[in-house]
Amino acid sequence: MSTWQRLRSNRLALSGGIVVALLAFVALFAPWLAPYDPGEFNAAEVLQGLSRQHPLGTDGIGRDVLSRMIYGSRISLLVGFVSVGIASFIGVTLGALAGYFRGIVDTVIMRFVDVMLTFPTFFLILAVIAYLDATIWNIMVVIGVTSWMGVCRLVRAELLSLREREFMIAAEGLGMSPLRVILRHGLPNAMAPVFVAFILGVAGAILTESALSFLGIGVQPPTPSWGNILTEGKDTLEVAWWLSVCPGLAILITVLGYNLLGEGLRDVLDPRLKSR
Amino acid sequence: MLAYLLRRVAGFVPLLLGITLISFLVIHMAPGSPVELMTDMNPEAGPEIRQRLEERYGLDQPYHVQYWMWLKRIATGDFGRSLSSDARPVIDKIKEALPVTLLLNVLSLFLVISLAIPIGIYSATHPYTPADRATTVFVFLGFAMPTFWLALLCMLLFGVVLGWLPISGLKSLDYETLSWSGKLADRAAHLLMPVTISAITSLAGLSRYMRSSMLEVVRQDYITTARAKGLSERAVIYGHAARNALLPVITILGLSIPGLIGGSVIFETIFAIPGMGRLFYTSVLMRDYPTVMGILVIGAVLTLLGNLLADVMYTVADPRLRKR
Repeated sequence: MSTWQRLRSNRLALSGGIVVALLAFVALFAPWLAPYDPGEFNAAEVLQGLSRQHPLGTDGIGRDVLSRMIYGSRISLLVGFVSVGIASFIGVTLGALAGYFRGIVDTVIMRFVDVMLTFPTFFLILAVIAYLDATIWNIMVVIGVTSWMGVCRLVRAELLSLREREFMIAAEGLGMSPLRVILRHGLPNAMAPVFVAFILGVAGAILTESALSFLGIGVQPPTPSWGNILTEGKDTLEVAWWLSVCPGLAILITVLGYNLLGEGLRDVLDPRLKSR
Repeated sequence: MLAYLLRRVAGFVPLLLGITLISFLVIHMAPGSPVELMTDMNPEAGPEIRQRLEERYGLDQPYHVQYWMWLKRIATGDFGRSLSSDARPVIDKIKEALPVTLLLNVLSLFLVISLAIPIGIYSATHPYTPADRATTVFVFLGFAMPTFWLALLCMLLFGVVLGWLPISGLKSLDYETLSWSGKLADRAAHLLMPVTISAITSLAGLSRYMRSSMLEVVRQDYITTARAKGLSERAVIYGHAARNALLPVITILGLSIPGLIGGSVIFETIFAIPGMGRLFYTSVLMRDYPTVMGILVIGAVLTLLGNLLADVMYTVADPRLRKR
């Protein structure tokens, strides 16, 4: 069976894939899908319940929650992808260096990984974000630089075993530079687990951003992210539950979708690694 | 075994140096000094006063000197004084907050272990039954759950709508007047929600690991041997399989400790619990350098101790390691 067929026959992974695709669609076409401008407020329609005009109600200053949620999907996905992109770049680079060169390079990099793994990561993120301004770029960079260790270990392990293989030794024997051997022959063969880690990482980053928003140091209003819509709704939870319940559900479903897709891909791409 | 543990502890020294260095760098690379924060609101604080404050806190020294001074002091347990208005020694503040966070996390870990292992064993020995599928659904939901959101909804349901549980703090206002059993019940009521909710993510993860680890083990030859020599199914599963399946789970448990400590920021903020997480959060917002650095270091040391504990558990579960 081809990879694609095996993925399709895995029902959980397929449903995860559908959620992921739907979300990408919503984020891409937000301006056409959202019934209102997400920043437009109407003092006459404050904290309205679910209705035909406002399918998910309105918030504390009369903005349409559905429109804000639709635009919020862009922010949440952006944070997810960019921060995991940064983490993957760091992790792949350091992991490849450690696995290929071994020796002192490996020791130094892996000790650094150990130190980073010892920190309660959320403390580290919190400390840095609170000092820098909580702009979306800072948040993505900080989540990225505190979550690359898993990928680094994966890539290192792959390269440690790959570099003993004949084609790698042959490439070295032909006089290829280490950089070229790593880029042409090493990394392409180590990408499957990185890809799985990427998909699972997006889910984690979305959760982290929402937790930061909850503490008031995530993506700052008025830019809508699911995390800050939820947080703004926290104080009016008793009178307007939809304000907190809808973004929470959106986060839950999105993270679930990415996790299911990631786990499914793991089973499909790498039969050696069994699903958790 | 003692030699093995001593080697592990010796390995902590470079880790500790790395931890302190990163904690120091993180705080000092950040723009905005505490002196600015203290004097911004005060029009009478001229450059002279700023300079005096900087000298007083050693902030006028070059970074490597500051690091070395700080390192020498924390080696003796002196983390300096808090820059917040109470100006108390950081170590005192941490000493107050640490037991609270430890209590929460130990209870939550206890809950995780005592539920995840039986659940994992059950789903592995009854694979693809409705119960196994139900736990799979629970596991994926648990992984994806924004726990602060769940906490919020539970507070609304059990605290506000039903009024069954208190929603903030560690004890009621009339705590001192209660009998000892009343005190115990009061504590338990306050801890129930935070402990349960903070356990959910780890519970999902650990029961999944236990399940896959068990599935792996029951395929081994020695399990077939155990069955073939006529042992009861109970003895096979609990005596032979579960014990071996526990080994990778212990490793995962050790790795989950930083997550638990980090998560305490969220839970202690939501439930207004005066622990390390909340102390860290308020200190970060006030740019209280010494407290932030102190908690970063102590948090990382706790993780190291947790890993050491996992090592000890590993040697208890695996007799082969004891002979090394």
